Amino acid sequence: MLIKFASVATAIALLSGAGAVFANEGGHAGWERSADNEVANLPSLQRGARNFMAYCSGCHSLKFMRYSRLAEDLKIPENQRDQYLVPPGAKFTDYITSSMPAQDATEWFGKVPPDLSLVARSRGTDWVFNFLTTFYADPASRQTGVNNLQLPGTAMPHVLASLQGVPNAVWQNVEHKGPDGGTVLSREFKSFEPGVTGSVTPEQYDEFVRDTVNFLQYVGDPTQLERQGLGLWVVLFLLMFTGIAYMLKKEYWKDVR
Amino acid sequence: MAAVIEGKGGFRAWLNKRMPVDQFMEDQLTGYYAPKNFNIWYFFGSLALLVFVMQILTGIFVTMHFKPGEATAWNSVQYMVREVPYMWLIQPMHAVGASFFFIVVYLHMARAFLYGSYKAPRELLWVIGMLIYLALMAEAFMGYVLPNGNMSYWGAQVIINLFGTIPGIGPSLVEWIRGDYGIGDATLTRFFSLHVVALPFVIALLVMLHLVALRQVGSNNPDGIEIKEKLGADGKPVDGIPFHPYYTLKDIVGVGLFLTLFAIVVFFVPTFGGLFMEAPNFEPANPVSTPEHIAPVWYFTPYYAILRAVPDQKMGALLMAISVLAFLFVPWLDRAKNKSLRYRGLASKFLVGMFFVTFLVLMWLGLKPADGIYVLLARIFTTLYFLFFLLLPFVSKADGNGPVPERVTYHAH
Repeated sequence: MLIKFASVATAIALLSGAGAVFANEGGHAGWERSADNEVANLPSLQRGARNFMAYCSGCHSLKFMRYSRLAEDLKIPENQRDQYLVPPGAKFTDYITSSMPAQDATEWFGKVPPDLSLVARSRGTDWVFNFLTTFYADPASRQTGVNNLQLPGTAMPHVLASLQGVPNAVWQNVEHKGPDGGTVLSREFKSFEPGVTGSVTPEQYDEFVRDTVNFLQYVGDPTQLERQGLGLWVVLFLLMFTGIAYMLKKEYWKDVR
Repeated sequence: MAAVIEGKGGFRAWLNKRMPVDQFMEDQLTGYYAPKNFNIWYFFGSLALLVFVMQILTGIFVTMHFKPGEATAWNSVQYMVREVPYMWLIQPMHAVGASFFFIVVYLHMARAFLYGSYKAPRELLWVIGMLIYLALMAEAFMGYVLPNGNMSYWGAQVIINLFGTIPGIGPSLVEWIRGDYGIGDATLTRFFSLHVVALPFVIALLVMLHLVALRQVGSNNPDGIEIKEKLGADGKPVDGIPFHPYYTLKDIVGVGLFLTLFAIVVFFVPTFGGLFMEAPNFEPANPVSTPEHIAPVWYFTPYYAILRAVPDQKMGALLMAISVLAFLFVPWLDRAKNKSLRYRGLASKFLVGMFFVTFLVLMWLGLKPADGIYVLLARIFTTLYFLFFLLLPFVSKADGNGPVPERVTYHAH
């Protein structure tokens, strides 16, 4: 039976390995970084909520999230909730909607800014982190004056430019082998260089974005911490149950010759 | 029957006079003899039943809060997992349960290939099982479309359009399935009806028939020899043991192990790296924004890889249909005298091993974009897939006739 348990354990390991291999996508281009956020970090989530309310909520909604739930989960006291989170005219039980009229948004940006309730799940935290850290000056081709490496041609202006500044992108020409054997030249991103400076250091800016991404991960699945806490007990119970069931089975099977 | 209730009074006797409760238990559990040499592969039948019941139970609660339809489906799922107590647990259980259903069913089917469990007299048992698998595919597909995420939408687009490749009736058939010129409200509400009412009934009925047929022929075993042919003085098979208590208790151990794995996934990695829940499905359906590459959930991807391996769409769809339906004919394609691979030659073992690997590789390829090396690989492994069914009659005939032991292999512990 020990061998059986061992083979089950091996099967699990293989399965989860397969999951990782199956899910593994994408490459690296130098600017792609891991968000490295930690959703159990409460102060980070609180800072992220503050960042979101200050810089994002003007245009983006979190339409499945209520101010009250947010405050409760992130342990924000009621008086602070009503003073800083809930905008004038809204109730604390309201969903976090943007105050920007859809028609104005379409006129200004060409599209309505998307709801961000699930962006950390549909795009992934790394994607959001890289989106917010790879804006660069591109006044020639973009109306907003900026472009983005993660989402080229994005309609979003660099809202965080006052913090980060607006870096310039350095490009290089790279030769590739074309499909017909000849060489093809393509323009590839090389590095960032300082452009317009902002009010915080690059390290502080990364932290700012990391907190915000962390907050969005929480919003995408607000029950995740509670779920994992309960999960531990459920798994422990099931292991104990399995052990007892195994001993009972063994006792009965003694008779089988 | 009289023997069962004689000497007993009270409620039990009263009940048994009116309904054959004790008789039923005797027939189905305590008097039903199963081979004593089942190994780990024999857990997956009872586990499939467990997942089915679990899907029904979690499904009942999901249905309470789900609002089918183009405008409401997506929002109602978000509402239930965020605001209804404990639906954050029950809804993911239902979604992850679908993947676990297929894991269990695939292992259950693999077992039949290892020990020839589909061979006479169990052909009908296998065919009914395959019908369950087909119904389950329809059930899972519709369940995946219902929340109306972006992958739901585009997956449904691809799959439903496959019916359009049928000559003549194709285009009107597609319209009839969708109930509209595109995937819309009508599609979602009819899929809801089929997913929640029609198909669960069909599956329940087929599961019952599967069990009835099993009771008639009895379980096969890893040695592939019939225990009914070797009876003891008491008229019971010498290598058989009563299903209850021996296998009920053993299956409970399997249930414990299974639920532990299931709980680990549901509580800690419900999306399983985007395999059990795909990232684009966390965006609502958007007819003008196609996901980067459309892939069905992992349990359909072997067939999806076959579909895409063929340059011509009509041929691809046809080949895909054949690749699923080919399983139905396995009992007659396998012409070996011996059932179990244990008593077949190296060629048979290699053939089945190759088929398992092929199935897994196609599964992986179906998740990858259809370009470059992946297309070539998909064509190679599609060929191997069909080669299995073509070679099976000859290989099994040639090396499946060696001697088999009289009694099953069993080491008491």
